Amino acid sequence: MKYIDEYRDSSLVKPLVEKLKKSVTKPVRLMEVCGTHTMAIFRNGIRSILPAGMEIVSGPGCPVCVTSASHMDAFIAMAEIPGVRVAIFGDLFRVPGSHGSLANATARGALVEVVYSPMDALELARNNPEDTVVFLGVGFETTTPGIAATILAAYHEDIDNFCVFSTQKVIPGPLEALMQDPQLNINGLLCPGHVSAIIGAGAYQPFVDQGLACVVAGFEPADLVNGLILLAKQVGSNTPQVENIYPRVVSWDGNRRALAMVDQIFEPTDMEWRGLGVIENSGLAIREKYQKFDAQKRFDIELVPTEEPKGCLCGEILKGQTVPPQCPLFGSRCKPSTPVGPCMVSSEGTCAAYYKYGRDS
Amino acid sequence: MSDDTILLDHGSGGLASQELISGLFLKYLDSPVLKGLEDSAVIDNQPGKLVFTTDSYVVDPLFFPGGDIGKLAVHGTINDLAMRGGRPLCLSLALILEEGMPLKDLERIIISVAQAAKESGVPIVTGDTKVVPRGKADKVFINTSGIGVVDASLSLSSQNGTPGDAIILSGTMGDHGITIMTRRAGIALEGDLRSDTMPLHRLVDTILDRYPDSVRTFRDPTRGGVATTLNEIAAASSLTIVLQEEALPIRAEVRAACEILGLEPLYLANEGKCLAVVNGKDADNILELMKQQDEGKDAVIIGRLEKGKAGRVLINTPIGGSRVITPLHGEPLPRIC
Repeated sequence: MKYIDEYRDSSLVKPLVEKLKKSVTKPVRLMEVCGTHTMAIFRNGIRSILPAGMEIVSGPGCPVCVTSASHMDAFIAMAEIPGVRVAIFGDLFRVPGSHGSLANATARGALVEVVYSPMDALELARNNPEDTVVFLGVGFETTTPGIAATILAAYHEDIDNFCVFSTQKVIPGPLEALMQDPQLNINGLLCPGHVSAIIGAGAYQPFVDQGLACVVAGFEPADLVNGLILLAKQVGSNTPQVENIYPRVVSWDGNRRALAMVDQIFEPTDMEWRGLGVIENSGLAIREKYQKFDAQKRFDIELVPTEEPKGCLCGEILKGQTVPPQCPLFGSRCKPSTPVGPCMVSSEGTCAAYYKYGRDS
Repeated sequence: MSDDTILLDHGSGGLASQELISGLFLKYLDSPVLKGLEDSAVIDNQPGKLVFTTDSYVVDPLFFPGGDIGKLAVHGTINDLAMRGGRPLCLSLALILEEGMPLKDLERIIISVAQAAKESGVPIVTGDTKVVPRGKADKVFINTSGIGVVDASLSLSSQNGTPGDAIILSGTMGDHGITIMTRRAGIALEGDLRSDTMPLHRLVDTILDRYPDSVRTFRDPTRGGVATTLNEIAAASSLTIVLQEEALPIRAEVRAACEILGLEPLYLANEGKCLAVVNGKDADNILELMKQQDEGKDAVIIGRLEKGKAGRVLINTPIGGSRVITPLHGEPLPRIC
């Protein structure tokens, strides 16, 4: 497979691993921001080959994990409205709200469809004119353009039975806020690959100005190991900068067309993040011109404040302040089959990754 | 309309039932034992121990590239018998039909059952049909049970694993699971994705014939995939399994589909593959023998059993790292991005 095999080639990666072992000249504490990076790091066994003095913590970049329980409750309430058919990305199916998940709602008769693209949700609306199809928008800059394009298509086709419940979020602002936390003590960021394809590598310049090393990397072993080497070098020589080693996908300026489309459909709004609370202008709401496609306005759904489950440390884990094995629920009450916190639900969640790939290591 | 679809009457036990049995089932299923239409089948005694299994099939869609629910129902039960070393003697076939199911779909399934049974050399000797009102089932559910015999001296079990044993996978993984998943979701991907459904009793028989004392167990990694089955073997044997990721056989099409959907082939269902746990010193010979058979032509040694934490499965990654492989939790779901 092109663009995959060459970056997994062990004859290329093994020398890089040797190089990584020699790259740490002073202690490096890095954060991988993106959930797919969390998974890729575990999947390739990279934690098992990290050199002494290098530490990686996971950041808030798993979209399902940062979806608040009050949003999940609203999603479930939405799914249980007669005549509503909700369409979701698969990860959302088992995410717990305060009282069960969409999987439980399905068992009670709610119509929940797993789709692979928001356009598939629009197709569902076309094929089921008697139902209102609500796409539950959960994600970052990676998925937002596709949702914007779908709303635009629905607008041009004048489709009445389709709308979106947007909890879309943006990465740079909240990440900057997180970095202000003195407890974190991070000196470099492994910057997301897919998000950066949209927003561009230039979006991380403000972090460099705060003294953080930044490398935008892909998800294959060669990408990851090389990214860690470059981060260690930047930290070691105290020369923070944005290095983009994923140019096959990411440019400095990002995808301007996608960004313009997002701006046409969405406007910034305050958004609640699980574990992090409400962050100003960290979310995206549908603009007034397209409000017919805004599920929250259409169904007058109210968000009811909820409490985090007792004992769950997802908030601290999402901020990189602790690791899953430190959580009293990890592996006992909270496991992928019976998740308590959101980090256990998504396959990209930090707890799920620890459970699945790293429990004993 | 009544000529084209299943009616409640077809399950009444009356005339319509008889018409369905003689006009459709017996037309294709030609076992003399079945044709007697007795209340049960009488099977000739065979030397050895009996093996007995049952399985129900509820797959959606009913027809998919590489097979259909009928073929699956025959192969699946044959394979369950074969995994314990059983030589399958006969199968039962029980159908639960939904009122309104197109008769042509039922006919297509019965033709497929008949063909699979014939090619496998395992007759359907008894059967049953019920019809439930529309909406109370999803077109057709099938149950097959199977009886086989195994040599009295043979005792294959997942508990038999010994340190140093090799684990052979008889071919590529994930073909069935990814085919069903992409079809169900209506995802059109380029490339030839097809179910691997096939009977494995002949492959097993060939191996046991030559190496009866070297095989600890066979397991078919169906739902839950290779990862889940290996966890079961490691737990039953109280040993650790260490896999080599580079050895895992995955077709390029399957790998590409998994990359797109964020799925791991290790967790996808297989319907025509077995894992053989064999004595390490005979492993290469058994592998060669497997590769000479059609069912095992892509077989590889994927790992070994070792002393270590009981029930743990580790995989060595191509870059020199390692990670734990847990059993499947819940249905595999595609990822967000």
